[in-house]
Amino acid sequence: MESRGHPNRLGIRGWVGGGRWGFERYLYTLHRVTGLGLLAYFVLHIFVTSSRALGPEAWDQAMGVVSGPLFMIGEYLVFAAFAFHAVNGIRLAIIELGYAVGRPIEPVYPYATSVGRQRRLARAALMIAAVVALWGGLDFFVLA
Amino acid sequence: MRDRTLWTWHIGAGVVILVLLGLHMAIMHLDQSLGIFGTPGAEPVEWESVVARAGSLFFTVTYVLLLGAALYHGFYGLRNILLELNPGPGIRRLVNVGLTVIGLGLFAFGTWAALAAPGAASMAMGG
Amino acid sequence: MAETIARTVTFHVRRFEPGRDREPRWEDHRIEVLPGMTVLDGLWKVKELSAPSLAWRSSCRMGICGSCGMLINGRPRLACNTQISELASDVVAVAPLPNFAIVKDLVPDLAPMFETHRELLPYLVRDDTAEQDDPTREYWQSPHELEQYLQFSYCIKCGCCMAACPTVATDPQYAGPMPLGQAHRYNSDTRDGGFSARRQVLAGGSGPWRCHFAGECSQVCPKGVDPAKAIQLMKRELVLDLLRLRRRKAPAAVAEAPHGTPREGIAAPPARTVTPEA
Repeated sequence: MESRGHPNRLGIRGWVGGGRWGFERYLYTLHRVTGLGLLAYFVLHIFVTSSRALGPEAWDQAMGVVSGPLFMIGEYLVFAAFAFHAVNGIRLAIIELGYAVGRPIEPVYPYATSVGRQRRLARAALMIAAVVALWGGLDFFVLA
Repeated sequence: MRDRTLWTWHIGAGVVILVLLGLHMAIMHLDQSLGIFGTPGAEPVEWESVVARAGSLFFTVTYVLLLGAALYHGFYGLRNILLELNPGPGIRRLVNVGLTVIGLGLFAFGTWAALAAPGAASMAMGG
Repeated sequence: MAETIARTVTFHVRRFEPGRDREPRWEDHRIEVLPGMTVLDGLWKVKELSAPSLAWRSSCRMGICGSCGMLINGRPRLACNTQISELASDVVAVAPLPNFAIVKDLVPDLAPMFETHRELLPYLVRDDTAEQDDPTREYWQSPHELEQYLQFSYCIKCGCCMAACPTVATDPQYAGPMPLGQAHRYNSDTRDGGFSARRQVLAGGSGPWRCHFAGECSQVCPKGVDPAKAIQLMKRELVLDLLRLRRRKAPAAVAEAPHGTPREGIAAPPARTVTPEA
């Protein structure tokens, strides 16, 4: 059936506009954003740390570049991003292998979905990530 | 059939990164509170500590493992994000091949840097 | 006091006339609604009183046929299952389900979803074609085995899950929660032997690997099918299959005929009182 209808597709705008925005959707988006941020930092990190092969002067020079206050805050953000991405990643690995989502049940309204079942895990993951991020913050800014 | 295999390696790499990067973060950024694996007296980023780690087989092996796992994990994620935008077959191929080439290139470079003795390249260049 | 309280509500309806409009547009229609009216009832009133050309799909008006899936106040719902009063607003915004092409007004083009669904073989795949064409007895299945897929069999194919999924929103190649959930419904049915046949599609790029558990599909499903759970369970099965750790069982056999001597003391069936016409 040929329809001269409207395609109604969002494409890349679906990243922000598509689907619904519950709690898990925010976690999903944050996981992607932290992942991309960590990847970008990582590629740069490979180049910065490879200056080790060029000797102590090159190393110290590279360390000098990345020691400014802006970089310190940036590095802390990387640490915080790692804390979230790692802990949420553990949660995703558990869930996406079919654990912690519950067994098939007889659906009785109001429905107890897998999303509800894993909500506790998601909250615990977020709290652990916050604790790790705060601990890092302590080390970065208070104890250093 | 490939996507199932790629995804399974992605999860496996994630577990490897969790352990090794967790260790790396603990050594580099939780040194004030934990102080593990540190060179006594020196910061983890000072040349002294760097040389100490370069001489350790444990650190060299785990650096290379972490490099490989993280490059795979990160580039697979980036590939998925890009391909979910449903580009045409030409761009799809470009993304798959391009990211593989860049990933392998970075792995080769990083492994060389990890295996090279500190200052070896500088000395080779007569510096 | 037996007063029925009518109130005026604005139906903010998304209109699109193919061939005439280039982009969909909003239209407002004010109608009086009574307590107990569903959004579907409201649409009929709008059509009757002020928008005779308004088009949508509906049929059973009781939440079982899956025809009237629409975006109501920002959330994919069944129009017949949604009370106007539960929306707690004087404006009822009705739009066609997102992530589907619009045929006209509130009618989405669900054909791609059904096409993908068909590719995933949504029926029992078995070798014994003779038995399937001319059944002698039922296939044996325990209540425990039934429980493994029963929840997912309640799907009414309304498309609300597809409309809520963020991956379906950006990626038209992704199979989506409904086809994938139904693939798992058949994979986990002990009477089915089609796991290998479906695996070709499932292990590829449009399979469940594009699902990252936003969970919105299960949140909006009007029948509690929980496609998100089905997809994650299916991923486990597929990974176990990759690692050659999946327990392979033959599809359920035909149940045996009862054997042995009949029990003593059971009353004979009553005599027929009506003779059927020859």
